[in-house]
Amino acid sequence: MNSEPLLLAAPSGNRLELRPEGPWIAANVAALETLSRSIGPELSQSRAVTLDMSGISALDTLGAWVLEKLSRQAAASGRPADIVGVADQFSGLLEEVRQVNRYTPAQVVALNPILLRLNDLGKATIGAREDVTIFLQMLGALFMALLGVLRRPRSLRLTSLVYQLNRIGFQAIPIVVLITFLIGAIIAQQGFFHFRRFGAESYTVDMVGILVLRELGVLIVAIMVAGRSGSAYTAELGSMKMREEIDALSTMGLDPVDVLILPRVAALVIALPILTFIGSIAALYGGGLVAQFYGDMGPAIYVARLHEAISVTHFEVGILKAPFMALVIGIVACSEGLRVKGSAESLGRQTTTSVVKSIFLVIVLDGLFAIFFASIGM
Amino acid sequence: MPEPHAEIAIGVRDLVVGFGRQTVLDHLSLDVRRGEILGLVGASGGGKSVLMRTIIGLIPRRSGTIEIMGQPISGTHDRSTATIWGILFQQGALFSSLTVRQNVQFPLRENLTLSQELMDEIAIAKLEMVGLRPEDGDKYPSELSGGMTKRVALARALALDPPILFLDEPTSGLDPIAAGNFDALIGTLQKTLGLTVFMVTHDLASLTTVCDRVAALADGKIVAIGPMRELLQSEHPWVRAYFHGKRSQMLQHEMR
Repeated sequence: MNSEPLLLAAPSGNRLELRPEGPWIAANVAALETLSRSIGPELSQSRAVTLDMSGISALDTLGAWVLEKLSRQAAASGRPADIVGVADQFSGLLEEVRQVNRYTPAQVVALNPILLRLNDLGKATIGAREDVTIFLQMLGALFMALLGVLRRPRSLRLTSLVYQLNRIGFQAIPIVVLITFLIGAIIAQQGFFHFRRFGAESYTVDMVGILVLRELGVLIVAIMVAGRSGSAYTAELGSMKMREEIDALSTMGLDPVDVLILPRVAALVIALPILTFIGSIAALYGGGLVAQFYGDMGPAIYVARLHEAISVTHFEVGILKAPFMALVIGIVACSEGLRVKGSAESLGRQTTTSVVKSIFLVIVLDGLFAIFFASIGM
Repeated sequence: MPEPHAEIAIGVRDLVVGFGRQTVLDHLSLDVRRGEILGLVGASGGGKSVLMRTIIGLIPRRSGTIEIMGQPISGTHDRSTATIWGILFQQGALFSSLTVRQNVQFPLRENLTLSQELMDEIAIAKLEMVGLRPEDGDKYPSELSGGMTKRVALARALALDPPILFLDEPTSGLDPIAAGNFDALIGTLQKTLGLTVFMVTHDLASLTTVCDRVAALADGKIVAIGPMRELLQSEHPWVRAYFHGKRSQMLQHEMR
């Protein structure tokens, strides 16, 4: 069993007699390949070939295939091999192997790389149009669902809404507070460090206040919510789609938009402004702590400076953006969830797409709002 | 290739497996003879899959011994076990990021040193042996139907020509024609390659047509084992209920 496989070649006149011996099994594949390759030149020179299998002690598919290849090599050059001495227990396997690899499927011709790029670009363009369509469809469906709820307030899924609010709002508070606190502290530290060089330390407070309230507070919170809750929405709805739960809902005469999507998006629209508010406060608090311990500016002075630097407008600019960002995150997350196909890979892909897209759209939206608020003088 | 103690391929003695306070397998003993197809039946949740997964080392055991080809199995995985058995998981468990051909080549690539050319040929040979076409080799698992997935999984399980093949509900989710073909395929391959097959199944047709012996698992023990005919005569209440229920009636007629 442990002995090495052998391939004895005995030329007798014009006839080459090949005697494979020992275990021709997968474990010895390296030796088998060397053996069959080294016999190649002799095989092509001889006039007739005999393959005597009687010496084989063990044979599996791989070994049988290597032997079959030898006999095909011989047959290809017009000298079909005579196969003799096949043991009973191996004959079935050899017969089986004789049937396989008889034809090679046509190779798929690779496209010109430039054409391939163009093809991808075209597909991406069409895909982008489809994305916009789906976004608008979802927006419309949500609007219709909202109208329905306004007409019959009893049809609102209150339990679901409260559950989602708890999950994506209340439970998100600790992490949102921690991150925004750190961001506020870092901005303040950078401000003190760099402004100190030209004696403008007190303007750090202006910078922290305006930056946090107008831009960073809402942006950081929206990005975190997109990563935390948007991805959860996509994965949830996607797995419901995969397990046909959404189809089951539809067949029971219920609209998935009413039952699943409206409560989720509404919860986001309600929760994001609240989280933004809490996050902004945490950031200002972080800035204040840095001011006291790093900038030598007491709490009283910090609050007084803050009072001068910021107005309610700054706060409004930030908080007004929050519901729109929530809507974008919710729509992207839910529509990506519904685009999940049957497989688990597609679930993973759509979840990634959902987070990337919603973060991208949140930042684009923030830019549009910046232009808007600048032009109306806020 | 005759060997010493060659009679028993899988020997399970006094096996105890449990989770928490629940004991699933209670001093279970079972012998699978070399070259036979053994079907294992049992109630849903009764420990059939647990027994199979314990034998292949996926579930730790509390006590008992398991011998494969006369060698005690420690319960840890290493490369040597990969060449002893091939396993067909219920859902196929194909690697989704690899094509069908790469899936079949995977055990070859990881365990042997061979040229890509030979590896391609072997993969195609295996695919053809399980009744697929060479073109199917370039597909991804997500593009396959249920029956094709099982066939590819079987081809992968057989990639290294293991002497023992474990099948976990091989015909579940297949239509009767596909299931019948699959049974026939297993029978053919078993004869050609001289395999020992351990099959967990609920499919009465599989049990009747391809299994040499059937073992019934109830209350954590093997309560009856033998050819299908003997099992039908068994007096054990659970075995009677299993084989003499309404659904079994039709097959009963065939057996008589």
